[in-house]
Amino acid sequence: MVLAVLVLGAALLSATRSDTADSEPVAIYQIVNDSIPQPLDGLVGDPERGRAIVAGRAGNCLACHHAPIPEEPFHGDLGPPLEGIGDRATAGALRLRLVAPRTLNPDTVMPAFHQVDGLRRVATQRRGRPILTAQQVEDVIAYLLTLRADAR
Amino acid sequence: MAGHGRGPVRRRLIRLPWLWPAVAGMAVAWPAWVGSELPAPAPSPPRSGYEFARPETQAIQDDEFANPGLFWVERGAELWDSRDGVDGQSCSSCHGAADALAGVAPTYPKIDPVSGLLTNLEQRINACRTRHMGIEPYPLESDPLLSLSVYVTQQSAGQPLQVQIDGPAHPWFERGRSLYAERVGQMNVACTQCHDQRVGHMLRAERISQGQINGFPAYLLRWGTVSSVHRRFQFCNEQARAEPLPIGSDDYNALQLYVAWRGTGLAVEAPAVRR
Ligand code: HEC
Ligand code: HEC
Repeated sequence: MVLAVLVLGAALLSATRSDTADSEPVAIYQIVNDSIPQPLDGLVGDPERGRAIVAGRAGNCLACHHAPIPEEPFHGDLGPPLEGIGDRATAGALRLRLVAPRTLNPDTVMPAFHQVDGLRRVATQRRGRPILTAQQVEDVIAYLLTLRADAR
Repeated sequence: MAGHGRGPVRRRLIRLPWLWPAVAGMAVAWPAWVGSELPAPAPSPPRSGYEFARPETQAIQDDEFANPGLFWVERGAELWDSRDGVDGQSCSSCHGAADALAGVAPTYPKIDPVSGLLTNLEQRINACRTRHMGIEPYPLESDPLLSLSVYVTQQSAGQPLQVQIDGPAHPWFERGRSLYAERVGQMNVACTQCHDQRVGHMLRAERISQGQINGFPAYLLRWGTVSSVHRRFQFCNEQARAEPLPIGSDDYNALQLYVAWRGTGLAVEAPAVRR
């Protein structure tokens, strides 16, 4: 059953994304085995910028996750801690997690950071734009990959 | 890492086998990222937001001198007796002492027999002004209206929430229930995902409560003012980056009825203080 949801979710995702967009606000991507192997738009991420996105309002990841960012006082615990995530996940798996987390868990509270279609009652000033651009997604992935046990 | 994504779903399915057909149906009907959550039963037992608040916040609420909500109670008491409108009537001209309304606030929102619409306490107070005093309604969320609402609510402090959800209120209740389960906004989340499924977790610096409304209208420290239930709903919608609905709208009244029912039996706190 879980598998059926995954396959269907993946099929619909690749079939329907971004056909309403006038200026292509989201990149085209393909899901292969619980992963989006190719960088969005072929972009290269920057871990420094990624850290700032994770820590700040742009990503607001600390609302739900703990991360090794001591200057921010409050970290939520709705999701697993991100410490060591670079040892546990590949770039492709992280990309799917950020772009289409509901293909992994249809009940998740983690938002899809690079999606504009299929949402209801989005605040007017945010309509038609994803939470993170393709470049920002790649930056966040580059940062997450630095979170390794041997790097601390 | 993918195990994290699937684990919770699989565990829930194993524990609650009756969910299988429902979830399978959802997969066929909707793309995986759209859709409503399944309606949750009312939390048992219901727990007040007070229990989840920080000790500092609880202390402000408990202090009968420092609780800033008491300014609204005092203003409400003055307005209760102040004559207004062409006939120079006050609330007390019709109702006498305010404690005549003890037990009333926890039955709202309810169907107004004149309009046939679901009406909350603030709208009922305004209906008294327009129908019985011949004067214009207070603007929603205005100081005088919230002061009267807190004052009237305080007459029922300690009494249990008890709203009616059958008869003409029933369609409103169902509407509220589906709004509560509907994913909205750029964050794509539903009330039930936080206030049923993630109670007790931390969202940044805030401990997620059951989202009960037995303390409303409540004094919110973050705004330094009293807030209606609808203003609090707007705030949760704004956090999800969803377009908030209007204060006083039918949809928020329906949602308020559902949320009040979820808290059936909870004691009214007035004036409550929340972060
Ligand atoms: C509103 C809550 C929320 C926000 C905001 C959020 N996440 Fe998550 N995240 C979760 C939850 C809950 C999970 C657990 C799995 C699930 O439910 O799908 C998760 C899982 C993950 C995982 C997999 C962790 C593992 O150990 O397998 C990664 C990586 C992740 N999130 C990264 C991020 C990043 C980076 C951001 C910000 C750009 C972010 N999350 C924002 C709730 C959130
Ligand atoms: C992403 C998480 C999230 C979602 C979704 C959410 N809320 Fe909240 N809500 C919170 C947090 C955090 C607070 C502040 C702490 C608390 O009291 O729970 C809060 C507070 C509240 C309160 C005040 C409780 C009190 O005692 O002061 C109410 C009522 C409420 N929410 C109702 C709702 C309703 C109705 C919805 C849907 C329209 C909703 N919430 C959606 C996180 C959320």
